[in-house]
Amino acid sequence: MGDPADLTIAEAGRQLRDGGLTAAGLLDAVRRRASMTEAQLHAFLTIDAEGAAAAAERADAALARGEDLGPLHGIPVALKDNMVTRGVETTAGSRILAGWVPPYDATVVERLARGGAVIVGKTNMDEFAMGSSTENSAYGPTRNPWDPGRVPGGSSGGSASSVAVGSALGALGSDTGGSIRQPAALTGIVGMKPTYGLVSRYGLIAFASSLDQIGPFARTVEDAVGIFEVIAGHDPSDATSYRGPVPDARAGLAEGPEGLRVGVLRELSGEGNDPDVLEAFERTVDALAGAGATVTPMSLPSCADALNAYYLIAPAECSANLARFDGVRYGPRIGGDTVEQMMGATRRDGFGPEVTRRILVGTYALSAGYYDAFYGQAQKVRTLVVEDFRRAYADVDVLVCPTSPTTAFRVGERADDPLQMYLSDVATVPVNLSGDPGISVPVGVDRDGLPIGFQVIAPALGEAALVRAAAAVERLAAFDARPALATSEGAA
Amino acid sequence: MPIDIDLAYVARLARLDLTDEELASYEGQLQDILDYAARVQALPTEGVPPTSHPLPMRNAHRADEVEPTLDREEVLAQAPDRDGPFFRVPPFLEQ
Repeated sequence: MGDPADLTIAEAGRQLRDGGLTAAGLLDAVRRRASMTEAQLHAFLTIDAEGAAAAAERADAALARGEDLGPLHGIPVALKDNMVTRGVETTAGSRILAGWVPPYDATVVERLARGGAVIVGKTNMDEFAMGSSTENSAYGPTRNPWDPGRVPGGSSGGSASSVAVGSALGALGSDTGGSIRQPAALTGIVGMKPTYGLVSRYGLIAFASSLDQIGPFARTVEDAVGIFEVIAGHDPSDATSYRGPVPDARAGLAEGPEGLRVGVLRELSGEGNDPDVLEAFERTVDALAGAGATVTPMSLPSCADALNAYYLIAPAECSANLARFDGVRYGPRIGGDTVEQMMGATRRDGFGPEVTRRILVGTYALSAGYYDAFYGQAQKVRTLVVEDFRRAYADVDVLVCPTSPTTAFRVGERADDPLQMYLSDVATVPVNLSGDPGISVPVGVDRDGLPIGFQVIAPALGEAALVRAAAAVERLAAFDARPALATSEGAA
Repeated sequence: MPIDIDLAYVARLARLDLTDEELASYEGQLQDILDYAARVQALPTEGVPPTSHPLPMRNAHRADEVEPTLDREEVLAQAPDRDGPFFRVPPFLEQ
């Protein structure tokens, strides 16, 4: 008999409904897993023991009454700490929000609660979601359950790590340039960035508003779809929320890859990738072709330049969004004789080095005399990326490439070299610029036993095709390895 | 291509009260980042319109009706300094 912490959401849901498992028992199992692994991993910033116990009790009572709230009913879910939770401290991994207790819930939090989910806690992240390793948290790094000497990726590294090790069955992250897909790849789980606008950003602490999108982490594609179904949908509180119907992602689960037109994104699927990553990627593409998909190489030249443009657009938007953290309304304040001195001192002390760097880059790129050459030019390159994708989707249903050019790197390895860190996102950034959906699915391990992610991307609102391809990849790769920390503890 | 950047001025615009040593330590990194990002300047974008947002945006109107707002006390309880129902800050002008 296995530990319930290792169940998929779908299987846990079946056991909750046939009476073999209770939400309270399932919560106990993930809490036990957390207590055995947190000292090594530090996936959580805040564990909401009381709130979770009450939610589990409510979930069990509802099931006993015959009320079924859907795929997350009774399921323990972790929340990245940039999504605000009324009454529960929310810091976004930054000292400038230390101690802040939000007076409202993010829309995704309300939706999870309405869907019967049990929110176990707030997960660690790179400060304000800026980073690719979760080392930029003001509260210390998160480690990778496959090897605690390595990073879990980022910025949603805490959420990824918790789902990989079993201290939650699913989690929410946010993806501005790859912050869901890259950590999913580095921790051997599934991570999905939905089409921009499908999941409300209300209550998501903004980094780059035209790129930010909330999405699920889970251990299977089906489970990620279940979370997506609960959190997606129009929200009047988010002016950029999509007004039309949510695409039927679940429809893609059952369909096989026969006849699916798959484009291999050439600019991101060759040189620059680790050989083991490339080998696992190519093996999976061959398997797709063997299973009846039509595979075509596709060239999207602008994807080679997307990262350059991203590192102007994202800092520009962040420098504007982070202006609100000024010591006036919330968070700590450092004194000064004038309000300007107070703001300058509070911000200098409150922001870590990476956030400071990006605010400086963004402020410069937007400043008088440089706007056209930097930010304006980057926005035109963004158009080139959008047009390249649009052209490609005339010929293919989905595009594929490795999610990350490398597997999990060592803690500290890229910490002093911002540009090297930025290159972690080379394959994930293009769809943030275009607004299209993307998903990472684990397909194998490298020579060190570290997981490798396979990325599928699809046109806007093409979640059904995205999930169809991702589910096929999942079946063909049959990835069933588990991280060292989860298996050794599970056996204990 | 060397990028001309007056970092002290940019930091002041961003309300970041950095010391001279901190400014110096950021300068090289910012040069590298901007050199990298500035490669977009070499791309052919003649006649290409800018994209500011992935979706075609239109204004999100709603009926002008009173709806619940955040609880004032709950919000002010988080303020670093307050004066009754107001946030309090140091003077705007030097005295």
